[in-house]
Amino acid sequence: MKIALFATCIVDAMYPQTARATVKILERLGHEVIFPTGQACCGQMHINSGYMDEALPVVTNHVNAFESVAYDVAVAPSGSCVASVKHQHPVLAERCGDAALKARAEAVGAKTYELSQLLVDVLGITNAAEQLGSHFPHKVTYHPSCHGMRSLKLGDRQLDLLKSVGGIEVADLPEADQCCGFGGTFSLKNADVSSAMLDDKARNIESTGASLCAGGDASCLMHIGGGLSRTTSDTTTMHFAEILASTITEPVSVTGDILVGKAGVR
Amino acid sequence: MSNVFMGMPTLPVFGDGNLHIEETFPTAAHRELGNTQMRANLRHATHTIRDKRLKVVAELPDWEELRDAGSATKNLVMANLPALLEEFEKNFTARGGIIHWARDAHEANSIVAGLIKEQNTTEVVKVKSMATQEIGLNEYLEEQGISAFETDLAELIVQLGHDKPSHILVPAIHKNRTEVRDIFLAEMPNVDPNLTDEPRLLAMAAREHLRRKFLSAKVAISGANFALADSGTLAVVESEGNGRMCLTLPETLITVMGIEKLLPGKEDLEVFMQLLPRSSTGERMNPYTSLWTGVTEGDGPQNVHLVLMDNGRTAALADKYGRTALNCIRCSACMNVCPVYERTGGHAYGSTYPGPIGAILTPLLTGITSEENSTLPYASSLCGACYDACPVKINIPEILVHLRGEDVDSKRGTKKLPSQMDLMMKGGSWAFSSGKHLGLLEKGLPLGKLAAGRDKKIKALPGIAAGWTQSRDIPAPPSQSFRDWWKKDHTPVAATNKQEK
Ligand code: SF4
Repeated sequence: MKIALFATCIVDAMYPQTARATVKILERLGHEVIFPTGQACCGQMHINSGYMDEALPVVTNHVNAFESVAYDVAVAPSGSCVASVKHQHPVLAERCGDAALKARAEAVGAKTYELSQLLVDVLGITNAAEQLGSHFPHKVTYHPSCHGMRSLKLGDRQLDLLKSVGGIEVADLPEADQCCGFGGTFSLKNADVSSAMLDDKARNIESTGASLCAGGDASCLMHIGGGLSRTTSDTTTMHFAEILASTITEPVSVTGDILVGKAGVR
Repeated sequence: MSNVFMGMPTLPVFGDGNLHIEETFPTAAHRELGNTQMRANLRHATHTIRDKRLKVVAELPDWEELRDAGSATKNLVMANLPALLEEFEKNFTARGGIIHWARDAHEANSIVAGLIKEQNTTEVVKVKSMATQEIGLNEYLEEQGISAFETDLAELIVQLGHDKPSHILVPAIHKNRTEVRDIFLAEMPNVDPNLTDEPRLLAMAAREHLRRKFLSAKVAISGANFALADSGTLAVVESEGNGRMCLTLPETLITVMGIEKLLPGKEDLEVFMQLLPRSSTGERMNPYTSLWTGVTEGDGPQNVHLVLMDNGRTAALADKYGRTALNCIRCSACMNVCPVYERTGGHAYGSTYPGPIGAILTPLLTGITSEENSTLPYASSLCGACYDACPVKINIPEILVHLRGEDVDSKRGTKKLPSQMDLMMKGGSWAFSSGKHLGLLEKGLPLGKLAAGRDKKIKALPGIAAGWTQSRDIPAPPSQSFRDWWKKDHTPVAATNKQEK
């Protein structure tokens, strides 16, 4: 299959290892991954902050970038960005009175999958150890991000994939379905409430005794990881794609460094 | 452009009363977050109701269909509101009821006060009502020399405590029983000085206090949960039976209701009487449901009035993306699952309607005009728990985002200097509107490393970003973006020894 990767802005700039892991998994399965170079961002930060006029060129760029290349499906390692592409782009186009863009955005959205959706629903991956060679001998816990869980209805796809990784121990996270308090510019505009939500999330994560918290959204992981780091906790965060990409010969350490292999530079 | 009838005001009439908040949400939230007792009470209460709701909802195999039906009925009502209101008025009047139309809070208040004065009384009993909270009726009546006694237990606690409700269903949710006992001892006349905080004893004390009021009051005031257009019937749903006392004992009954509460007919109750109790108290059925249709000679109130209030509802209805907020049946499920509400409590929202529904309904009713009310749509992390819980499927996150857009648009061109947020969004729009732009900026990533300490963490940022670093670090950016790695170091799969699959 020819799979177009939407790396998302935050992964592209701040967590390239997550996108590299995504590429690695898909190529290991024998698929051709392409990277539409026109891509930048889904625009959800602008939309969610109410800056619709400023969001329009961002959304238009995304639609253009993914229209200009040929592929079977597009994938992003981010529930919230996929939710934005699928649900927010058409709404924004309509609100801005651009019916043509709305139809084009719907078409791009229909071909876009979140990573676990693609792996489970399209590529039939149910056992990461067997089918991907995934191996990660650490105790982890898992936070399901809100947009993946509620807008995309991902259910347990990410968690089940994690549980099927070789050598892993997955600890249940108390109150897992509670928002971590990121919410984009919510964390700036209502920093106090956001921090209070983060405190509870961090406490719950620490209570599991896991060495890291896995998730499917770089932005939430940055938020949670930033909070854990401040509380001098040893616990950190990691995208589930990196855990799936970790193998016996090319292991990923809990701090996110690939210890062996050509992608060893961070 | 839509057609405007001659003589109709072209500007929507926005609501007033207790809808206008006095301080911005972040300011109020900051203060409320410091109240640890309130936070503990609230967390305990919301989690208890939340779990109960999940249990009883899971019992219904057709819950999703019920939600769809409820949402469809309400959409139908909003689309045909003028006709349904006329039908209701005709039937209500034919059965001996009297209708009064009120454009805003002030009109509604003065109509009610006038009706009470006609009965030559200065004391009325009340069944808990959001509509009268919204218009500030109790305070208005007090100014007119009329005392209004709340009869709902929680509402009574709030009233005696000179407090404001913190929740639409459990107004005293922020108080624990020791606090309740202290309020009773201090404020309730003739209360047993040895009163303990045992719930049964507290309820007995309240009952005794209320009984005296019920037996003497000539006028009662209520809200309504539903109004059935085909028969002119009103309905009140409650737990304690105090409402039923109000609805049946006094001679005069005055109901105040928002115009959006209509349902076409009694068959629709079948759906809503399943949705409402399960969503609100987590019960299969609420203990008391009272329906009344006009006047029955020799039985119950002989003067039956209804004040039909707009107070910004027509304006909300005119908002294409926001109007479904009027579908709300005030069950409070959204606030019980909201992580923001759980931590700030209802007072932080400053309006009669707190929580997720308040964050959209309040600014829809008032318009995003004041700096204070315009902060409400931002009081959410957009986690979507409210949308999942809402029995009539109001897409609260989408309306929040829509209202943020209205807020930003309303401020465009009005400011002398762009705010930091404006600048950030403008810059972001440029950076994110082309892969080339973003790639160019990413060349500067190694610079970000300089801002980080030896532990590869950024611990303090200036300006609006300072809110972030108040409790979180930012990792130092990587030396190479993914884009760059892809261009320089990625070997396409076709060129490598492709694994057989
Ligand atoms: S918005 Fe929905 S969940 Fe919230 S109070 Fe209204 S009906 Fe209930």
